[in-house]
Amino acid sequence: MSRPATRRRSSFSRSVFVGTIVFLSLPLFVLVLYSFNASKSGSWTGFSLRWYVKLFTDSPQLWRAFGNSAIVALSSALVATVIGTLGAVAVNWYKFRLRAYLRTITFLPMILPEIIIGVSLLIFFSGIGMRLSLFTVFVAHVSFNLPFVFLLVLARLEEFDFSIIEAARDLGASERQTLLKVILPLSMPGIVSGFLTAVTLSLEDFVITFFVTGPGATTLPLYVYSAIRFGVSPVINALSVVMILGTVLLTWSTRNFLKYIAAK
Amino acid sequence: MKRVPGSSGAQGGLYAAPSIFWLSVFFLAPLAIIVAYSFLTPGARGGVEWTPTLDAYRAIANPTFAKVTLNTILVAIGATAITLLIAVPCGYYMARSERQTLLLMLIMIPFWTNFLIRIYAWIAILGNEGFLNDILLATGLAKQSVRFLYNRGAVMLVLVYTYLPYAILPLYSTIDKFDFSLLEAARDLGASKLGAINKVLLPNIKGGILTAFLFTFIPIFGAYAVPLLVGGTESYMLGNLIADELTKSRDWPLASAISLVITLVTTIGVLLLLRANGNAVLGGSGDGEPAVSEPAAAIGGSR
Repeated sequence: MSRPATRRRSSFSRSVFVGTIVFLSLPLFVLVLYSFNASKSGSWTGFSLRWYVKLFTDSPQLWRAFGNSAIVALSSALVATVIGTLGAVAVNWYKFRLRAYLRTITFLPMILPEIIIGVSLLIFFSGIGMRLSLFTVFVAHVSFNLPFVFLLVLARLEEFDFSIIEAARDLGASERQTLLKVILPLSMPGIVSGFLTAVTLSLEDFVITFFVTGPGATTLPLYVYSAIRFGVSPVINALSVVMILGTVLLTWSTRNFLKYIAAK
Repeated sequence: MKRVPGSSGAQGGLYAAPSIFWLSVFFLAPLAIIVAYSFLTPGARGGVEWTPTLDAYRAIANPTFAKVTLNTILVAIGATAITLLIAVPCGYYMARSERQTLLLMLIMIPFWTNFLIRIYAWIAILGNEGFLNDILLATGLAKQSVRFLYNRGAVMLVLVYTYLPYAILPLYSTIDKFDFSLLEAARDLGASKLGAINKVLLPNIKGGILTAFLFTFIPIFGAYAVPLLVGGTESYMLGNLIADELTKSRDWPLASAISLVITLVTTIGVLLLLRANGNAVLGGSGDGEPAVSEPAAAIGGSR
């Protein structure tokens, strides 16, 4: 390892990387800056906290949308995690009919553009006469979350030593005991990161939700969308900053949490 | 090592049943329905009449739609190419760095910011009263505000911004596994810097490049929100066309037919890449999928 040579060689990639970081952070920087702007229009007129005050005290619709997002994210992530984990255990350990079929239908939703899933679900719901509501949003979110949970848990299952399961069996554990006492605890890091991924994807989703949502079922991304289309209030700037901070905090604690679980 | 004959087939089927049921009903059945709808006659107010016809497919072939299709292809190829050109050196730098976790965080934090908020931020920068125009006017570089938004350039910029991390992550994880002493060996044996990269590095990270390509090209090809919010009429993409047919013109067979075209292009693209490169595309491990789960894992913050 000749250090100086390495450093010289990476000077090009270094400048591209630095440029990329600047490019990626610039919008966040602008949002933070404008969230403290006193005036409503674009130009900077002085420091103010009024948009934060308005965000927390005078934005009932925004908070209703946040509530909807939270309900959908948690419920869809929970259902997707339970179903997806069982599916992953099945694929990793058992032979059954439709095994190849399951692998295919968990892979397909991940490669199709979101709009296809949104449009086909909308046509499906209206075809079977299901009224669009927060429930249809929940159904759609479980559908796109499930494959991610499935793959994350499967990746974890493939990592660990199968002889542990054989040992459990040899020592007389039943099928159910093996699942609850051996397989699930060992795959916990995969399950937890599957759940968190599902929550994140659900909170994040705009396109699919846009197509399957009904009256009164506005989620946070949909609220931001209508704010962009029909007149931006600087409250959105303040909201963005709060969401960015929330993301950073969540990421930080999640990392530590996962490290803790993995170490156990 | 794994793949147990399992004590009984019934148990596995039992665990798999909820997944199979959910995805068959709420993913596969809807896809089957749009296949069927694309061959039917549009109903008066949305929906369909049960008279088979190929009208929807004839409509796709007309010049207006062909223009949108062409624009979609141009934007998707252009934005993907730019993304990859930035992502390869980035992934390389990250893989060679000694502070990988920190660099990974720097890439990921903007990625975790809500998708809509990121688009909105670009409107705040590029808008007529935005950040960039503020600076241009204040410094006297422009006499009046410049219109940066609502054209193809703005769409490409925001698409590159949105999907850059999707390309960087798989490239980083592939390059990280690359044995850098091979590059040094090539240099010692007289290869030029570019020669060594072309002949030694790039062939070895082909799988990562293909994964990055898939992760950027597919969502960009089906883009909807970005051209809707920062694009103009000439930067209309297929995704916007589907939404218009569905909600404004209420021609559901046509919306279904366009969706099918996107689905076919996507699926064929993936299959071709899989065939050309075997499992390398998806990360190279036996069952194929691990690399897919890596960005997913990163979204959830597991590494």
